[in-house]
Amino acid sequence: MVDTKVVLSGLELDNPIIPASGTFGFGKEFKDFYDINILGSFSFKGTTLEERFGNPTPRIAQTPMGMLNAVGLQNPGVKHVVEHELPEMKKYFHKKVIANVSGFSIDEYAKTCEILDKEEQVGILEVNISCPNVHNGGMAFGTDAKNALEVTKAVKKVTTKPVYIKLSPNVTDIVSIAKAVEDGGADGISLINTLLGMRINLKNRKPILANKTGGFSGSAILPVALRMVYQVYEAVKIPLIGMGGITTAEDVIEMMLAGATAVQVGAANLVNPYACKEIIEDLPRVMEKYRINSLKEIIGGAHNG
Amino acid sequence: MKQGFFEIKSNKGLTADVFEMKLVGDTSAITASGQFVNIKIDGEFLRRPISVCDYTEKELTLIYKVVGSGTEKLSKMQGGKLDILTGLGNGYNLEKSGDKPLLIGGGVGIPPMFNLCKKLIKKGKTPSVILGFNTKSEIFYQEEFNSLGVNVYVSTVDGSSETKGFVTDVMKDLEYTYFYTCGPMPMFLSIEKIAKTSGQYSFEERMGCGFGACMGCSCKTKYGNKRICVDGPVLEREEVIW
Repeated sequence: MVDTKVVLSGLELDNPIIPASGTFGFGKEFKDFYDINILGSFSFKGTTLEERFGNPTPRIAQTPMGMLNAVGLQNPGVKHVVEHELPEMKKYFHKKVIANVSGFSIDEYAKTCEILDKEEQVGILEVNISCPNVHNGGMAFGTDAKNALEVTKAVKKVTTKPVYIKLSPNVTDIVSIAKAVEDGGADGISLINTLLGMRINLKNRKPILANKTGGFSGSAILPVALRMVYQVYEAVKIPLIGMGGITTAEDVIEMMLAGATAVQVGAANLVNPYACKEIIEDLPRVMEKYRINSLKEIIGGAHNG
Repeated sequence: MKQGFFEIKSNKGLTADVFEMKLVGDTSAITASGQFVNIKIDGEFLRRPISVCDYTEKELTLIYKVVGSGTEKLSKMQGGKLDILTGLGNGYNLEKSGDKPLLIGGGVGIPPMFNLCKKLIKKGKTPSVILGFNTKSEIFYQEEFNSLGVNVYVSTVDGSSETKGFVTDVMKDLEYTYFYTCGPMPMFLSIEKIAKTSGQYSFEERMGCGFGACMGCSCKTKYGNKRICVDGPVLEREEVIW
């Protein structure tokens, strides 16, 4: 019997598989496909202080081995999430959930986190300072070490829950941002968010997305994510949640060897609603194949020797 | 909403770029006319959403136009199996049809009208159908609709077959109790201008998942934000913001 358990800042997960924010809604859409309690946890739809519609459509485009999205943080606002989504979620998900939070000012991040701090279902606050699809917010905090530090400090002040900062790959030096959020008191780091990309329609010679640019995700970005997790693992002591292009149980092992304590699965959920279930069911087989008794033992394994 | 494998029974061209594919598999998740399926195609990252033209307990008929790499691959398939998500979207609401509903399809917006027409007839209604095309060579399914024994009107923009002009050039002279439509946005805007009754529009949008998770296909309505894939694709005339 192999051991798939991992621990994130005191929170024990049955396995390291966590659907990524923005690809799993509040879990409702997937509970009809399978019992989502098999998941380690899941990161719910990025939530802001006020309701947001997001960007105009088209918001989706395909790429080789991946996709672009420019949803722009559509969400019902934190009040609705606390009053409606979380009580509803309690009925079909019985584990701690990861609350993904976004904002347009340091004050907004703090206010939203303060509200979610009171929710007993929330195990971890994942602070998204890396959304590439909103202007004057999101990624603006994640591409500047000083801003990243300030957001982290402000959020840490208002909550006792573990705070994970979700970083953008759209930077010259991700290590300096990672160190800044560790200095700011972050309990962990989630990486990577999507890569900024574009596609152009040959028929009308214009960008396909109404927002022109969008976030690139899917299996194509796995090597970029692995490289960044590997680099950040060497520079910080806090745990990492690795994500970007994970589609198979083998990808999970690879990401953990790079330094991730747990992983998130994103775009794969959208094309195969059973993606996380299949990965979880396949993990023991892959662990046995590579003679892994416990997943905890392989975290950062690629750095040894 | 269900994932399953369907066997391709036939796949043939109806016009130069419109194809009809018949598939065999479990259609139990399909509950209404106007719903769609989402098809996994080898080598394409995203699934391809296609409206359901017709279905029985074990058979599914899809009509699609080749518009890109995914539908081009689909058009070349003969035999084999496809991974398909079925029963997606709300579909048309038949309760409000009245006795003489009007069904208006433009181009590849025509397919969902076929099963809808059959369902309305079964309910004892007397539907009429308008099929809009650009030109005679693009006409498909006129015979199939005729065989249902309903009034079928055809419009072609260039006048190469039946009424010259748009579906609205036929619609303006007809009496009806309600309308159902699917087709391109310019056609919707023309219908909206002259429609004498309430009705339902089926919208198209680029989708990520097709089952409500990614929020890729959202739109604003008078009743709040809706996702075309699960809260649509069919919206009522009263709620649409044009």
